[in-house]
Amino acid sequence: MFEQLVNGLTQGSIYALLALGFTIIFGVLRMVTFAHGEVFMVGAYAGFVVFTHLQDNLVLALIAAVVATFLLGALIEIVAFRRLRNAPHFSSLLVTIGFSVVLTQLARLIFGAEVESIPMRQIEGLAFSEIRIGEVYVSYLQLSVLMVALLIMAATFLFFRYSRLGTAIRATAQDHEAAMAMGVDVNRIFTITFAFGSMMGGIAGVLIGFYYNLFYPTMGVMLGLKAFSAAVIGGLASMPGAILAGLLIGVVEVFSVDFVNSNFRHLIAFVFMFAVLLIRPQGLFGGGQLKGARGD
Amino acid sequence: MPQIVKNALENSPLILFLAALVAAPFVISNQYVLQIMIFIGIYVILAQSLNLLNGYIGLIAIGHAGFYGIGAYTSAMLTVDMGAPFEVAFLAAGLVAGAFGWALGRPTLRLEGIYLALATLGFNIIVWLVLLNWNGFTGGPLGIKDIPRPSVFGWEVDTRIENYFFVLAVVAVVVFTMARLVNSRFGRALVAIREDQLAAAAMGVNVTRYKVQAFVISAFYAGIAGACYAHSVRYISPDSFTMLESFILLAILALGGSGNMIGPIVGAAILIAIPELFRAVSEYRMLLYGLVLIIVMQVRPQGLFGGHHYDLRLRLFDRRQRKAYRGDVFLPPEAM
Repeated sequence: MFEQLVNGLTQGSIYALLALGFTIIFGVLRMVTFAHGEVFMVGAYAGFVVFTHLQDNLVLALIAAVVATFLLGALIEIVAFRRLRNAPHFSSLLVTIGFSVVLTQLARLIFGAEVESIPMRQIEGLAFSEIRIGEVYVSYLQLSVLMVALLIMAATFLFFRYSRLGTAIRATAQDHEAAMAMGVDVNRIFTITFAFGSMMGGIAGVLIGFYYNLFYPTMGVMLGLKAFSAAVIGGLASMPGAILAGLLIGVVEVFSVDFVNSNFRHLIAFVFMFAVLLIRPQGLFGGGQLKGARGD
Repeated sequence: MPQIVKNALENSPLILFLAALVAAPFVISNQYVLQIMIFIGIYVILAQSLNLLNGYIGLIAIGHAGFYGIGAYTSAMLTVDMGAPFEVAFLAAGLVAGAFGWALGRPTLRLEGIYLALATLGFNIIVWLVLLNWNGFTGGPLGIKDIPRPSVFGWEVDTRIENYFFVLAVVAVVVFTMARLVNSRFGRALVAIREDQLAAAAMGVNVTRYKVQAFVISAFYAGIAGACYAHSVRYISPDSFTMLESFILLAILALGGSGNMIGPIVGAAILIAIPELFRAVSEYRMLLYGLVLIIVMQVRPQGLFGGHHYDLRLRLFDRRQRKAYRGDVFLPPEAM
């Protein structure tokens, strides 16, 4: 029972991390990206390649994913949003869909369509050493996932709350014209924000890739969409909302296996999203501007 | 000169093109090419159907494969499991998809652009997951086999050439009804909503009602396309109705240009034919569609034919003299 809860929270913290990146992007750019799941996939593969070919070190894998997805995020922002700033929103949406398709196909070309895994001897130290907490055994890997996710979330809050750049991002989220008048380079902020949100997706990618030890080109599709639902459920611009909704979906999914056919557990997030869209479109935690790390 | 001849002359490019399509299977003996043309026809129906939403009324619908799948499964299950006659199943495919369109549209069309996009995408995923996992009802991942060929009031559509003519007939009906529709009072209301929802409402256009109606009509046509697909290929599985399928439709509209009648046709012809004709590329067809989405938006956001008005109504029997229409009213879809 308690172990199930830990499983659910681990899964949920990944959703939360992805949803958080999504929320930050939406909160500032006021646009949705459909390539988030694929950025996540790229992060996972980046970590995978470094871990298997360079050195089996989780921290190094995370750094590789961070760098790769930060740059990728910046590229997507420039092509899909900066260049289309004056075009209808729909155009940007289409370009991000294009990116999602292209990235999946490129991964398929490079790594093949099959599922890849890290060889046992490299990962067993991480996956099978367990830590006993009270009555429960938690694997080292599970603990790392939870810790890293929590750490990133905390760091994000601190970054937005206290750093100069974080303040500039919040100002841009509130009113980008006013921010521009105050001397904020809004274009740069947009790109950095997008890259930052993508980076969080990349970290989530490494975490879940290692957690399940499965890497495949379409691994981001379902997860990206669920994170999407979590972001909508949380209110699309509310950071605590995204995190809570992500954790909630993770836990409900794990416990739902007892009640419904396990194949249908993927439906939960979307049905939940539908319900929220119909009953309370602004999300459970209210829409509006980027919330949760306000200094005001 | 009698009016009908004048009308025919004015419509001559359209009539010639239709004649070429009718003559095509007698000139092209290659069965494979015919099959591709059948697929293009099905995608023309789908693209026209999506065009009504994305192009004319300016709704961001990105889960159209959901309706397509519902239509295909309705028709297939009615004929295979219940032995219903083809004509009934074919019509039912459209009606059931339309009913789903109504059920989805009624509550969601009040949402703003981006939320509607999410809702339609969510709908697509739910449909796909249900088709995939409800084994007892839909056949699960194995899909439905041995779907009967179309037979329309005694005409048994047995050969591929007949199948081609069947799909061509459906496409013709769809395109011409759609052309009539978007040039009617109804169509003008849609464009008014697209250009400025508030202004349209102020002029007495019932915005939500028109949106729901357009959504239902669009879903109906998508369902019909699904039935065409199911009975042409004679095998369906959930994998034919994933989000990728919806994205292909978006790429078709992006390339051809939405908000006019020709764009979806040209877009479908190009994007379906290219990966099939150059077999070397077919491996990368999704890559091609993705790149089209990215590049077209950078180079020509309105698509090849966007921003122009093309009248595809075949008006042989109109008595009235036609006024020259230069469609400067029809701008490309504006910001939403």
